[in-house]
Amino acid sequence: MEQVQFLGPGMDPVSENRPHPVPSGESLHWLTLGEVSHGGQQCFLVSALWAPGMKAGPPQPAGSLPLALAPLSTFSKRPLSTAVLEALSAEESSKARNLENRLEIDGFPPSPLVVKDFIVLRGLCSPALGRPGQLLNGHTNNWAVLVCTSRFWFNYRHVANTLSVYRSVKRLGIPDSHIVLMLADDMACNPRNPKPATVFSHKNMELNVYGDDVEVDYRSYEVTVENFLRVLTGRVPPSTPRSKRLLSDDRSNILIYMTGHGGNGFLKFQDSEEITNVELADAFEQMWQKRRYHEMLFIIDTCQGASMYERFYSPNVMALASSQVGEDSLSHQPDLAIGVHLMDRYTFYVLEFLEEIHPASQANMNDLFQVCPKSLCVSTPGHRTDLFQRNPQNVLITDFFGSVRKVEITTERVALKPDPSSLGYSHLKCQKDEELTEPLNYAEQLPVAQIIHQKPKQKEWHPPGGFILGLWALILMVFFKTYGIKHMKYVF
Amino acid sequence: VAMAAPLVLHLLLALLLGSGGRSGAEPERDSLREELVLTPLPSGDVSATFQFRTRWDSELQLEGGTNHHFLRYAVLPREVVCTENLTPWKKLLPCSSKAGLSVLLKAERLFHTSYHSQAVHIRPVCRDAHCVSVSWELRQTLTVVFDAFTTGQGKKDWSLFRMFSRTITEACPLASQSHIYVDISRNSQENETLEVSPPPTSTYQAVVLGDRRTYAVYDLLNPATFSGSRSLNLQLRWKQFQDIGSQLVPFLHAQRYVSGYGLQKGELSTVLHNTHPYRAFPVLLLETVPWYLRLYVHTLAITTKGKENKPSYIHYQPAQDRLRPHLLEMLIQLPANSVTKVSIQFERALLKWTEYTPDPNHGFYVSPSVLSALVPNLVGAKPANWEESPLFSTMFPVSDSSSYFVRLYTEPLLVNLPTPDFSMPYNVICLTCTVVAVCYGSFYNLLTRTFHLEEPKRSRLVRWLANIIRRIRGVPPV
Repeated sequence: MEQVQFLGPGMDPVSENRPHPVPSGESLHWLTLGEVSHGGQQCFLVSALWAPGMKAGPPQPAGSLPLALAPLSTFSKRPLSTAVLEALSAEESSKARNLENRLEIDGFPPSPLVVKDFIVLRGLCSPALGRPGQLLNGHTNNWAVLVCTSRFWFNYRHVANTLSVYRSVKRLGIPDSHIVLMLADDMACNPRNPKPATVFSHKNMELNVYGDDVEVDYRSYEVTVENFLRVLTGRVPPSTPRSKRLLSDDRSNILIYMTGHGGNGFLKFQDSEEITNVELADAFEQMWQKRRYHEMLFIIDTCQGASMYERFYSPNVMALASSQVGEDSLSHQPDLAIGVHLMDRYTFYVLEFLEEIHPASQANMNDLFQVCPKSLCVSTPGHRTDLFQRNPQNVLITDFFGSVRKVEITTERVALKPDPSSLGYSHLKCQKDEELTEPLNYAEQLPVAQIIHQKPKQKEWHPPGGFILGLWALILMVFFKTYGIKHMKYVF
Repeated sequence: VAMAAPLVLHLLLALLLGSGGRSGAEPERDSLREELVLTPLPSGDVSATFQFRTRWDSELQLEGGTNHHFLRYAVLPREVVCTENLTPWKKLLPCSSKAGLSVLLKAERLFHTSYHSQAVHIRPVCRDAHCVSVSWELRQTLTVVFDAFTTGQGKKDWSLFRMFSRTITEACPLASQSHIYVDISRNSQENETLEVSPPPTSTYQAVVLGDRRTYAVYDLLNPATFSGSRSLNLQLRWKQFQDIGSQLVPFLHAQRYVSGYGLQKGELSTVLHNTHPYRAFPVLLLETVPWYLRLYVHTLAITTKGKENKPSYIHYQPAQDRLRPHLLEMLIQLPANSVTKVSIQFERALLKWTEYTPDPNHGFYVSPSVLSALVPNLVGAKPANWEESPLFSTMFPVSDSSSYFVRLYTEPLLVNLPTPDFSMPYNVICLTCTVVAVCYGSFYNLLTRTFHLEEPKRSRLVRWLANIIRRIRGVPPV
């Protein structure tokens, strides 16, 4: 059995410089030309290295089928990728197959290289690779980025918010190495804390969310907008330790939770700088273009939180906020011994909801959307799912908050040393992934046309609130005072 | 497992010898020793010091030996130490809070103390005279002082359960030695003032910090320690409590403070106390002052007992703005039983507005100064066998038994820099916009507004409505 070796793309199969035909018994080379989709499958297109005078062809790679005929002349003139693409059409494929059958009949070994000035291109197709452009099934790892942006003792509740999400996420299985926790101030060992090394979420000190094995990655002055964006986009300095990096890939589900003080379109970091919703949306787009996430869940608990997700435009992002634009998120309950408010309402009810989730729970996102109705939260929580591919009904809570892996138990033995015959193929396949000649087409994942042509949402008309009413009353009063009340009598 | 080293390095003073790269050889032999020292203090508090030593052999060669050019000193003046610092520290321990003495390391008790200190020390230990082969030693120390009044509710009796809310059930299986030492030096007189139960297996005498101390020893690897109950809960009870006991004042101690008024200048003073009755010794004082406190070295003054004390050696490296802090290193002779004051005046710099921290009115921290000295003993000590001695006496081994090495850190300082009012840009914009709007708007109106009479035009509907209202009121219609 002859060894089949594969070479990388960019090598011209037509090599006029080979002096003599390669005798059989020596390993011959197959050239991988590109990755294409054919007949609903993803295929690697290969061609054998051809030299003039070659009689015997190399053995076909197992499982390959003839896909196309490409004229020999095209290879020497044009770049390979365009030649490959032009070769792929139904007629060419059938032509190639007919040619191959004829050759078999004629008794030649069934591996045509060059037939009458055509090079036969074979494809190694595998349905497991999925359709290019199709969302690959499922995620393989989970990450969480939890940010508290407020400093000072009276913002105890923001630290407690973040720590309660941290605690839930850790309890449901995401390890510390996959959590990036950013706390802008230290509440647990603050001199004003009557019980050191504790942060409580319920009054009467029922639940210590700080715990015994907390690992904070960014603390105090390190929580800045720049560091947050660097973590998200991966542009961290080379000296950054591993625990401070977000090492996600294209199959990671990421949970991003932010809390602090915010306004319409911005979130305040440590009372000295802000991040706007446009910056955040652009950071997410950078993450998408760098394939740093598979799906993302963004939760924000600030005043006017819904403004932060208004500008998202990257696919596969679902967002939740604690309040709409124009509303404030309120805090829950103070503890008289500690002297500050312990939690915000929205996160308090989210924590109560998450305390009932266990790693095998089947609760879905619709339950999370109902978590804090207006009667409990006073503000109206909002959510955004138009960028998300799947129906929220089918998205499990543990897809983002937990780290559930699919485990298959087998009694077969697994050889740890790789099979040498398949070594070359798999190695090249990895190399191929990095050097794609054409980026994958994700257009179908984002229904741009629908989004562009949809009607603008009708905003509900609210009667003017207190301030506007008062302002108008003041203006009218001043007007009638200046111009005299006597004008009023002409009206009546 | 997150890497603990970056977090813990903040508390580490490491000696980097050469450009060490791991040679990749497997450690041939490693050992763990763990130890807890309980010291009841005259005030009723109790101090507990944990020490864990992991030592492993490696083929790593010490390249070039000790060269002072490779010495680096880095300090973070202020780091809030909380459970988040303890977690990676615990993960470095081989038994990692599951067995042995590390079971006692529970965050809720360790941080509710009046003093808490954690450290990691890494150093090579020569295995032979020429130091061709070395072992690497990792020492982790944790010291806490439990306050009799805040955690003890006023009672001065202590037990392991009261201190740590845990008791010890077994020694760490990976440890070759696991001991608890209780300082019972006060019991050397005829009357026993401190009772320790269960009774110790042995006692140990050592000269620690120049003074002879007696310790009750519990060996956790000896099954006799756990005889009867499966857990060990040491109890310390005072039979007679004397508030005025022998006050153990260390021979060398120091304070540092900033004096002066206003936000322009000040004076930095370090006070060194030598309380040894008859011996004088030199002290190496290292001060690193950040660049925004501009030191004036011509005002450096060292006075002892009113007279000027000229240092034996001074090294000064001035600061460069935003690049490098001041480095001042001096070798000062401290006469016996004296107080020495080292003072230097400085001026506070104005930072650029982006260099201020988010809470600039809190102040800026100045790192502590470091004093290193070989302090003479009061009592003679015989040279000990380093392998057999407990860990607390081999932290800084000295070959000469007449003195011991000590490294002291003074307290860090908090100085206020002239801080701008960061709300001013907003205030200025509001004020100027208002002024411009009012002034310019008024001028514009005065210059361009014209008045002319206009017949009021009422629509029929409005007039009809107004008539109805007038009829109701009884007023003649429009």
